Amino acid sequence: MASLKELRNRIASVKSTQKITKAMQMVAAAKLRRAQDAAEAARPYAERMAAVMANLSTSLKDAPGASPLLVGTGKDDVRMLVVMTADRGLCGGFNTNIARKARERIVKLQGEGKTVKIVAVGKKSFDALKRLYADKIVQRFELGGGKDVGASKAAQIGQWIREQFAEGAFDTLEVISSEFVSVISQKPRAQTLIPAMDAIPEDVERPDLGGAVYEYEPDEESILDVLLPRYVDTVILSSLLENAAGEMGARMAAMDNATRNAGELIDKLNLVYNRTRQAKITTELTEIISGAEAL
Amino acid sequence: MADKLHFDLVSPEQRLFEGEVDMVVVPGEEGEFGVLPGHAPLMSAIRMGAIAVHDGGQVTRTFIRGGFAEVTPDGLSVLAEEAIDLATFDASGLDAEIQNAREDVSAAKEDHEREHAEAALARLEALREAARAA
Repeated sequence: MASLKELRNRIASVKSTQKITKAMQMVAAAKLRRAQDAAEAARPYAERMAAVMANLSTSLKDAPGASPLLVGTGKDDVRMLVVMTADRGLCGGFNTNIARKARERIVKLQGEGKTVKIVAVGKKSFDALKRLYADKIVQRFELGGGKDVGASKAAQIGQWIREQFAEGAFDTLEVISSEFVSVISQKPRAQTLIPAMDAIPEDVERPDLGGAVYEYEPDEESILDVLLPRYVDTVILSSLLENAAGEMGARMAAMDNATRNAGELIDKLNLVYNRTRQAKITTELTEIISGAEAL
Repeated sequence: MADKLHFDLVSPEQRLFEGEVDMVVVPGEEGEFGVLPGHAPLMSAIRMGAIAVHDGGQVTRTFIRGGFAEVTPDGLSVLAEEAIDLATFDASGLDAEIQNAREDVSAAKEDHEREHAEAALARLEALREAARAA
């Protein structure tokens, strides 16, 4: 049995751990609100963009010379996977779930005989994939511990993607990130981004023109050329923001659990401590009494 | 004119304006155009410049860069990559910044560096023009 001093030290150590997890939980809760607000604020832009893209792409996808960003390269051999995780750990299964989804995708695509390339966004994405797929990771982006999540990072990633695409480095591109279902539930998902035609959801709300036809200025093709790169950035940005919110939600839940576990452990240790203390007092008393009787 | 135009200005990071106004003048790719209530459906690319919102005799000007305008029977939506409110914008440091940008352009050694610097310069010059007009 551990001595009283050891027990006291152990209780003190668990208590300070609990303080840390408690603080992390509260910080995550505050950051979650901010991340959710940011994701919320970005939604109108993304929705309008999707609606406009849906409109333009239906009328243009069959046109000759349509941008390969929209219709694809006509091949399907090299798949680029953008695996997006957080920069930091200590958020339960958040990063692991995304990495597992990515591995499943890679195994499946390799089974189909495709060439897979990986872009690791977020430190943990690189850490999780480097052991198995170090030779496939062609680029990595870090998010500054979550501080760099924003439009400029999205533009930087988008720019790199477009340059690679223009060089013919890949045929299709998917983003593997986390879908923010609710504060306590995040689901990893894979969504196609290039060709953009396949990426636009079917159920996008289309404005009712009352029978009129859009006028285009300058013309449909030029507008689409302006829009497509932005569309890529927008999807990247909303994935980044949704990921950030999911990370905070997952961390909050994980830290809440840890705090509760620490509380239980402290109760148990306290019980053992008190028992040991009482046993020791009893032993001492017995010794004194028997000593007195012996006289 | 009893009718009002529903106007939405959104950037990738937030919704900057939403509401009913009298008229909006948009710097389109092929020239400025005004949008009044009941405008025909239109999609237009936007060049850098000031977008002017007219409401109740007041004009609010905002500098926007990189974007896209869509007119539907529901109103006008403008998607802009960057937006700066010209009423509160301080243009005093702009001349120095433009000078710096010019030096960057001439100092640039590689092509993509120069392109980058030229884009920054063009943005600043358009911003100055918009700020002067305001």
